[in-house]
Amino acid sequence: MKSSVITFPGSNCDRDMDVALTKFGFKNKMVWHNDQELPKSDLIVLPGGFSYGDYLRCGSMASKSKIMNSVINFAKSGGLVMGICNGFQILVEAELVPGVLLRNKYLQFICKNVHVKVDNKENTFFKNLDKKVLEFHIAHNEGNYFCTNDQLKEIEDNNQIAIYYCDQNGNTNDQINPNGSIKNIAGIFNKEKNVLGMMPHPERMIDESLSGEDGSIFFKNLLNNIK
Amino acid sequence: MLVNEKIAIEHGLKSDEYKKICKLLKRTPNITELGIFSAMWNEHCSYKSSRIHLKKLHTKGKKVIQGPGENAGVIDIEDGDAIVFKIESHNHPSFIEPYQGAATGVGGIMRDVFTMGARPIANLNSIHFGSTQHKKTKNLLRGVVHGIGGYGNCIGVPTIAGQTSFDRSYNGNILVNAMTLGLVKKDKIFYSKAAGLNKPVIYVGSKTGRDGIHGASMASASFDEKIEEKKPTVQVGDPFTEKLLLEACLELMSGDSIIAIQDMGAAGLTSSSIEMASKGNLGIEINLNKVPCRETKMTPYEIMLSESQERMLIVLESGKEEIAKKIFDKWNLDFAVIGKTTNTKNIELFFDNKQVANIPVNTLVENSPMYDRKWKKSKLPKKNKINKTIFKSLKIKDILKKILSSPNVCSKEWIWQQYDHTVMGDTIQKPGGDSGVVRVHKTDKAIAATVDSSATYCWAHPLTGGKQVVCETWRNLISVGAKPIAVTNCLNFGSPEKEENMGEFVECVQGISEACKYLDYPVVSGNVSFYNETKDIGIKPTPTIGGVGLIKDYKKMITMDFKEIDNIILVIGKTEGHIDQSLLSRIILNENNGPPPEVNLFNEKNNGLTLLNLIEKNFIKSAHDVSLGGIITAICKMCIKGDKGIQIKKPKFLINEIEYFFAEDQGRYLIEINPKDLKEVSKILNKNSVHYDEIGKIIDKEMIIDQKTKLTIDELKSYNTNWLKSYMV
Repeated sequence: MKSSVITFPGSNCDRDMDVALTKFGFKNKMVWHNDQELPKSDLIVLPGGFSYGDYLRCGSMASKSKIMNSVINFAKSGGLVMGICNGFQILVEAELVPGVLLRNKYLQFICKNVHVKVDNKENTFFKNLDKKVLEFHIAHNEGNYFCTNDQLKEIEDNNQIAIYYCDQNGNTNDQINPNGSIKNIAGIFNKEKNVLGMMPHPERMIDESLSGEDGSIFFKNLLNNIK
Repeated sequence: MLVNEKIAIEHGLKSDEYKKICKLLKRTPNITELGIFSAMWNEHCSYKSSRIHLKKLHTKGKKVIQGPGENAGVIDIEDGDAIVFKIESHNHPSFIEPYQGAATGVGGIMRDVFTMGARPIANLNSIHFGSTQHKKTKNLLRGVVHGIGGYGNCIGVPTIAGQTSFDRSYNGNILVNAMTLGLVKKDKIFYSKAAGLNKPVIYVGSKTGRDGIHGASMASASFDEKIEEKKPTVQVGDPFTEKLLLEACLELMSGDSIIAIQDMGAAGLTSSSIEMASKGNLGIEINLNKVPCRETKMTPYEIMLSESQERMLIVLESGKEEIAKKIFDKWNLDFAVIGKTTNTKNIELFFDNKQVANIPVNTLVENSPMYDRKWKKSKLPKKNKINKTIFKSLKIKDILKKILSSPNVCSKEWIWQQYDHTVMGDTIQKPGGDSGVVRVHKTDKAIAATVDSSATYCWAHPLTGGKQVVCETWRNLISVGAKPIAVTNCLNFGSPEKEENMGEFVECVQGISEACKYLDYPVVSGNVSFYNETKDIGIKPTPTIGGVGLIKDYKKMITMDFKEIDNIILVIGKTEGHIDQSLLSRIILNENNGPPPEVNLFNEKNNGLTLLNLIEKNFIKSAHDVSLGGIITAICKMCIKGDKGIQIKKPKFLINEIEYFFAEDQGRYLIEINPKDLKEVSKILNKNSVHYDEIGKIIDKEMIIDQKTKLTIDELKSYNTNWLKSYMV
């Protein structure tokens, strides 16, 4: 299976994502933001980081990068696209997924392990996953997901919520919400479920020596689903 | 503007220093030249008060590839790999403007490391604030933490460890020391020594603005009530540009275009160009009209003294300009050929086709002032005669509650959760342990790093304190299973013009040197920060030591959390019951005098190396060094981390349990072993003449000292974790 990771100026999880994808059997290519064409890929990943320093709204400059035209076309034609952290912010700014990401509720960068609940498994990203709660890792300053009531209704009606922040038993409540996201939303799909944006970093959980191994479960499952 | 003595003094130069400049030049300097002299001859850049003593530091060893004198130190970690590392202070700017001060401190130290060709793999910091009651402390802490995070998180280098302390002596002068480690191939290290004639001198990175002018001079003086006026001397950081600069420099370094490279840190273009010329014994000619400027009408004086961030100066191989320019264009960074190397051994500056400065390089460097300042020797304070009946009135539970929730012991999670500590995917020991540990990417090796200081001990007796800090970092590394290799030091002191402060400096350096030599743990880099004083009140002497060690097989790394019920806990090292200068003494007995605990270097080395041997043999399940708050405080932390309890078995013939539990004797560790290994472990400890006590066994969720004294782990946790969070609300 072939994947591509886009490097924007200021991306800093591009290498980590490359390491993870390669570890689980993807043939990965790194793609420069200024390129026009995407290599032939089964999966495109927009990695975490601070594209363009996040000096405007996070992700907004990157969403206008040259390569993004191709990424948008790829997504619109049904190709799998995943945005992690800053990548999620870029997807939002490119309007590939609905909503916005605001500054964390307590106005602080947060780096820690979190649990997320996977509700919707009728999509390529989570199909056949035998766990309902995964332990992932977050590291962000602007992960507070927000959308209008109308948008929320539409998102819920279409089953577009991918993962929720929860406790280790899968309960979602305000107390375990790390950043103030509406409905504890940690990740969201587009309507067609071929585009996934999420704040947590599965690529930081791919080894028992690291923060945990649930990222390995996610990537292995993803690879099997694409095959 | 005509230069005279008055103007020179306004530049921070002394009257006789100005006379020396005129004598060396055989004329009066013009204003640009005076600016250059003042930047090169201030304390921060010239080390004029410290040089004579720094020579005494122990800097050599088998693993040292580059000692002090370069942008950073370099050590060998085998297999062709090397670690580049250094610590640096950004105290003065952080007090004036905490966010930018701290942020640019992190940016500056990372540049020092990647200038040498290394990719930064870990950041650490040691930050010190005034009393928690002081009105400025909270805002300064918040600003500094945001600044450190804001810069490091954006670049994408994990912040893996640190130290935070509070003490009244920092009320008017906080300390912000930032440390970076980078990884490089041994044969791809870059240095700042220029070579060859007529080689192009290249400016890359951000444009030059008017920020940070006189930053280095500001950092070479004490503060007074006009401190707010100094804000413009603080630089403004742009981590995004630094990330681009990092990638662009590493890309250029993968080829063979660079002869020498130097980042523009303190004193900007001035010190970078002069250092490269000086090391290469060459001259440099610069056309200042070619320097990319952010603002219009900048004068030569301003261009030379600006401390705008994210800039580098490179001496390129002739003919490589196009290759280099292409890379910097790709990363959207400024690139300009601004001059060339010459054989004049002078620094010559041109502006609007006129020569605006012409100074022999050696007058700025070798002929810079060096002072052997007067210093006062410290006496070892007399031991306090503690009235032991007081101990009878103390309850261990009450003391523990106070100690665990005291600002200097409590959990610093509120701080390090704001730092990205997992980016790069190799952090295998996060902040909150004895050392941070990162794997050497795609290998079985890992690097442990720690940063520590003990201002109270140094204040009580500088010589002992200096030794103690080195040993503390050594123990932190051993506790995670790393073989200590080398250190970097950041020497934060008051005014060198005061005999007492100078004495503290001299004797701390002596202590550091003795310990480093004995432990074969050399100093490879560092920096000195004097004049940490406001209105005549100086800080406690605070030498900060950053230690680095190697774990050959990262799977053998040790953590401090208790692992398994029924395992046995041993105390390694002898407990004599030293209470003076301990936390118990200061916060429970309200006694601030007396000597710090004695440092026995023989025991230190012997205990540490024996423990490493036990780790190598897989006997050790968890380990933690004993420091502030003594044995019982260390046990609490192991309980909290492992979410397990302990049934304490007091050693036989215990004279006084308060002294035993809370004493801060040095050279001690707590270790967890499986009961079946006790015999073999005892044998090894006895064979190596290492004293040990068996102190208890692990049980579920409760700490039981005796029938009257029981604490649940949740109680301990709440004492330890709540204080900082509620303080910062």
